Amino acid sequence: MVASLYGAAQESKSIWVYLEVDRGGLTGVSKELITKGRQICDQLGWQLSGLLLGHHLQPFAAEGFAHGIDTLWLADDPRLENFTIEAYTTVAYDALMEVKPSVLLMGATPNSRDLAGRLAVRLRTGLNADCTDLYLDPETERLVCEVSGFGGGVLAFIEMAEHRPQMATVRPGVFTPGEVDRDRVGVIIEIEVNLDPEILTTNLVERSVGEQVDLTSVPVLVTGGRGVDGDFKMLAQLAELLGGEIGATRPPVDEGHIERERQIGQTGVVCSPKVAICCGISGAFHFVVGIEKADVVVAINSDPEALIFDYADYCIVGDVHQIVPALIEALTVEREVILG
Amino acid sequence: MAELHIVVCVKIVPKPEEILVDPETHLLQRVDTRSEINPPDMNAMEMALSLKDRYGGRISLLSMGPTYFEPNLRVALAMGADHIYLLSDPQFAGADTLATTYTLAEGVRKIGGVDLILCGEESSDGATGQVPPGLAEWLGSSQLTLLTEVSIDQDKRLARGRREIKGGYEVLEVPLPCVISVKTACNEPRFMDFSLRSWAEERDRITIWDADSLATEPDHIGLPGSPTVVTGLAEAPYRDRRREFLTGTQDEIAQELAEILKRSL
Repeated sequence: MVASLYGAAQESKSIWVYLEVDRGGLTGVSKELITKGRQICDQLGWQLSGLLLGHHLQPFAAEGFAHGIDTLWLADDPRLENFTIEAYTTVAYDALMEVKPSVLLMGATPNSRDLAGRLAVRLRTGLNADCTDLYLDPETERLVCEVSGFGGGVLAFIEMAEHRPQMATVRPGVFTPGEVDRDRVGVIIEIEVNLDPEILTTNLVERSVGEQVDLTSVPVLVTGGRGVDGDFKMLAQLAELLGGEIGATRPPVDEGHIERERQIGQTGVVCSPKVAICCGISGAFHFVVGIEKADVVVAINSDPEALIFDYADYCIVGDVHQIVPALIEALTVEREVILG
Repeated sequence: MAELHIVVCVKIVPKPEEILVDPETHLLQRVDTRSEINPPDMNAMEMALSLKDRYGGRISLLSMGPTYFEPNLRVALAMGADHIYLLSDPQFAGADTLATTYTLAEGVRKIGGVDLILCGEESSDGATGQVPPGLAEWLGSSQLTLLTEVSIDQDKRLARGRREIKGGYEVLEVPLPCVISVKTACNEPRFMDFSLRSWAEERDRITIWDADSLATEPDHIGLPGSPTVVTGLAEAPYRDRRREFLTGTQDEIAQELAEILKRSL
C-alpha cells in the first residue's frame, strides 16, 4: 500500500482545523468545525489547532481562540491575500509536515475542497468528503467519518488505519457552532512562508462579489420545488412576512428561476430553521437532508402520496398557488389586527 | 502551433432512480441497474465540444471501469468526440479518491500531449468533487474549478475561466495544461449527432488499457492504493415527524397554518 508522507507512528496528538475568513470574520463552517474539534480534543486531552492563511489576519486570531482554538498557525503574507491553489497548498503542506497532526478538518466550500483535494494527494493520504458526523475512537485513536451514501438511506463509517493526516471535509450547517468565550486565550505561531515565484501561476483577473445570503441560520425557510412553476415571487412574499428567506430544490435552480446559492439539500445548503415550509416539493432524499434539522416542517403538495409528507409535521394537500396566497392573506390580516 | 487536445473525464454511474439498497445487508444491488453518463460530466462534455467548435483540435474521452461501460461511452463519442480511452482492470476496482486520481492521471500521461482535462463538478453517486484537484496534483498541472465559461489563448498557452463564487464570480488565468471542473448545469449539453452513430460504433474508436499497459504501481491502484476503508454501515436514523394532515376549507387551512407558524416562531 502506498504510504502517506507521515504515518500514525509519527503523528502529533492534535486536530487541525483549516480556517477560512470571509467578509471580516471567520466563516460559519470554520466555527462549526472548531466546536466539533474542541469536543473531540476535550475527550482525549488533545490539542486543537487552527490553520489560517491570508493577509492582515491578526484580528481573526482572537475569534479563533474565543471559539476554542488552542494554537493558531498563522501565515500572514501579501502573496496569500487572494486564494490561489499553488500558494495555499504549498504553505499548508509545509505547516502540516512540520507538526504532523493526526487529523485535518476542512469546510466543504469551493476553495477548501480544492485545497483538500490537492493536499490529500500531496500528502498521499485519504480524504473523506462531505462527512455528516465525526468522532474519534478513543481506543484506536482513529477518526471515524460518517458519510451518507447511495440515496441517503445508508450511513457508511470510514476510517484510515495508517495514513495521516486523517482528512475530512464537512459542509456548512452540518455541525452547530458552540459557545463563545471572549476571555479565552491561545498561542499564535507564525508560519514561515516559502514560495518559489515560479510556482505561482494563477492570475486573478477579475472578481465581483455582490450581496450574499446565508441560509444556514435563517429562522424561516420557504422552499419551492417543481410544483411552484417558477413562481418564487409568491414564496418571497411569504418569506418576508415571516422574516425568512427562500430556497429551492435543484430543478428550479437548473431552470434558472432562482440563484444556485439558494439550493437546499445534499448538494446545496443544509439549514436548521425553526420552520421550513416546503411548497410543491416531491421529497427526494437529496433535498430532505437539507431541512432535516428544522424544528417544524410544513409541506404543501397537490399529490396526497407525495414523499415529502413523510418528512413533515404539518401536511396540506392542495395547490400551492392557492394555499400560499391564502396563507399570506391570513398572516397579513392577523398582522393588521395586531398592529390595529 | 499544435492543435488543442482536450481530455474529458467521464464516469459511468448507476441511474439514481434504479439504485437499490438491500435492507438486510445494506449493500448496493447493482445487478439490474442501468447505467448512464454522470449528468455533470455532460456539462464538461458540452464545454469541450464548444471549445472544439471554436478552436478546432480533438477530444479524447477518458473513463475508468468495466468494459460493459462501452455502450455509454460510445454515446458520448457520438456527441462529437474523437476517441475513447477506457482504463479497465479488475485491479482498479475499489479505488477511493487517491487511487482513482492516480489511475486517471496515468491514463492522461499515456494519452500524451494533453492541454486541457475537463471534469464534471462531481459525480451523482459519490458527490465529493475531489477528483479534479487530486488529478491536477498528480499531474502537477494548474487547475480551475466550478467554471461556467472558459477561453484559451493558444499562443500564450493560457486558459482563462469564469468561476462562480459565493455571491458573485471571479475570472482566473492559468497556464496549460490545466485541469478544469465544470459547473453543473452551466450549459445545455447537445444531443448526440446521429450521423456519427455508426462511426462511433466502429471497433477502433476505443482503446482499452489495463494495469499492465498503463504500467501503474500495483500498490497505488484499486483497494491496495486506497487509504480509506469502510468499517461499518448503518441505516440512517429517521427523524419521526408528526405527519398531521390539515383539513377543512382553504381558508380554514390557511388560518390554522397561520396559527401554527405563529406558535412555532
